[in-house]
Amino acid sequence: MAAFKSKSEISTQTNKDSFERPDGRKIDELRPMKAKVGIIPNADGSAMFAFGDTIAIAAVYGPRKMHPQHSQDPEKGTLRCNYNMLSFSVTERIRPGPSRRSTEISKITEWALEPIVMIEKFSNMVIDVHIHILQANASTRCAGINAAALALAHAGIPMKDLVSSVSIGKLDKQLVVDVNKNEEDWEEGEGATDIPITLTSTGEMTHIQLDGKITGKELKEAIELAKKATKQIYELQKKALKEVID
Amino acid sequence: MSDESSRKVVIPGEIIESGNDYLPGEGTEKQGENIVAMKFGLAEESNNLVKVIPLSGVYLPRRGNVVIGRVENITFNGWVVDVGTAEGAFIPLTEVPRFVNKNELDEVMDIGDMVVAKIMGVNQRGIDLTVKIRGLGRVDEGLIFKINPNKVPRVIGKEGSMIKLIKDETGCNITVGQNGFIWIQGDKIENELKAKEAVMFITERSFIKGLTEELKKWFDNEPLGKVPKTKLNL
Repeated sequence: MAAFKSKSEISTQTNKDSFERPDGRKIDELRPMKAKVGIIPNADGSAMFAFGDTIAIAAVYGPRKMHPQHSQDPEKGTLRCNYNMLSFSVTERIRPGPSRRSTEISKITEWALEPIVMIEKFSNMVIDVHIHILQANASTRCAGINAAALALAHAGIPMKDLVSSVSIGKLDKQLVVDVNKNEEDWEEGEGATDIPITLTSTGEMTHIQLDGKITGKELKEAIELAKKATKQIYELQKKALKEVID
Repeated sequence: MSDESSRKVVIPGEIIESGNDYLPGEGTEKQGENIVAMKFGLAEESNNLVKVIPLSGVYLPRRGNVVIGRVENITFNGWVVDVGTAEGAFIPLTEVPRFVNKNELDEVMDIGDMVVAKIMGVNQRGIDLTVKIRGLGRVDEGLIFKINPNKVPRVIGKEGSMIKLIKDETGCNITVGQNGFIWIQGDKIENELKAKEAVMFITERSFIKGLTEELKKWFDNEPLGKVPKTKLNL
C-alpha cells in the first residue's frame, strides 16, 4: 500500500508560483483522511485516525488507580501517553520496543492533550492512552494525537474541547500542509522543515514543534495554514464521534 | 427522558444551548451565555437543566447507587470489596445490620463472596458501602453477570418498566447494580437463563426506540420453558 515514489520522480520545480507537490496535491490540501471511533472493544475508549497511508490507532484505559503508589498524585489525575510504532509500519523493519524517538513523542502527545483533558477530579488516578502506528508515511504524531483525542472523548473523560493536529512542511521555500514521507525527505534548496501543530477547535494552540530554519513571517503563515487544515480535521472528528452508536 | 426527540449526541466543546434560560447540569459547563458539553454523550434538557448522559467509559461511583461486588479482603474492621472502580470500596463492620464477632467476619461475608451494597459516600480514600438496608447483603444463590455500566439505565427502563417486564415474564428476582453487575434469582435455572437472555437482548439493542414493546414481542415469540440453545455453557 505504501508504495513510495522514488527520489527521481520528485518534481524538480521549486518555483513558488507553480509549485508542484510530488503527489500532485495542492499546497493546502490534506491527504484523504479516515476516522473511526470504538474500534477496540476491550478498551474504555478507542479510535482510529488516518492521513492517507499513515494510520494510527489509540486506546484509552481508565481513569483507574495509579500503580505504583508512590507515583500517585493526590492533587490531580495523571495523563500517561504511550506512542509506539509497530515494527512493520515502515518499509524497513524497525526494532520494536521503546526508543529515544518514541519516548519523546509520547511526552509530546501528553503535553498536547493535557490542556484539554480535565483531570483535576481524578486524584490518585491515571488515564492511560496507548497509541500505535500501524502504517507510517510521515505525520505519525499528528495522526496519533488526533486518534488519542477521539479515544479520550469516547472513554467519557471530561474535556474542554477536542484537539486536531496537522503537520506543516516547508519544502525549500514553499509551505505545504500535511507532509508525507516523500516531502519530508526533500533535499533541494533549503531542504525540508517539518512543523507539527496541534490546535483546539477554537484555534488555541496546545503544541508546536519545529526543527529547521524558518523566518518569523513564514511561521505565522504556517500557523494560519494549520488553522485552516485543522478545521477540516475537526469536522471529521466530530462526524466520527457522532456516528458511533455503541 | 420523556421526549426522545430532544436528545442529541454532543462532543466535548460543543455548544448545547445558548441563552440565560438554561442551567448547566452534569457533564456541562457555562461559558458566557452558552451551555457547553464537557463530555461525549447524549445531551438532555428537562426543566431548563441541561445535562450530558455518557454513552461509554468506565463506571463512576455516586452516592446512593446500589452496586454488586466481590469481597476481596477481610480486615479487622470490615470488608474490602471490588466493585469495578478505580477506588477501593469498603464495608465497615458497623454497617452490617447485626452483631458480628470480631474474629468471625468471614462467616458473614467471606473472600470471593458476591455482595449487594449501597454507596454511602465517595471520598479521597475510597468508597464507603453499607448493607444496612433490606435487600442488601451477601448473594447466596442465583446468576451474576456483567454488562456495560452505561446500559444499566436502559435495562431498568423508565421508572423500572423494563426490569418489571422481565421480572413478570420470568418470575425471577432481579437486582441491577449501577456498576453493571446483574443478579438474577429464580426458582428454575431455565427461568434465570431466560431473564439473562432478555437482558442481553436489551443491551444489544439499546438504541432502539420503544424497546419495551420489542421485548414484549420477543417474550411472546419465545415462551418460557423452552431452553435457550446458546449460552448454556456458563
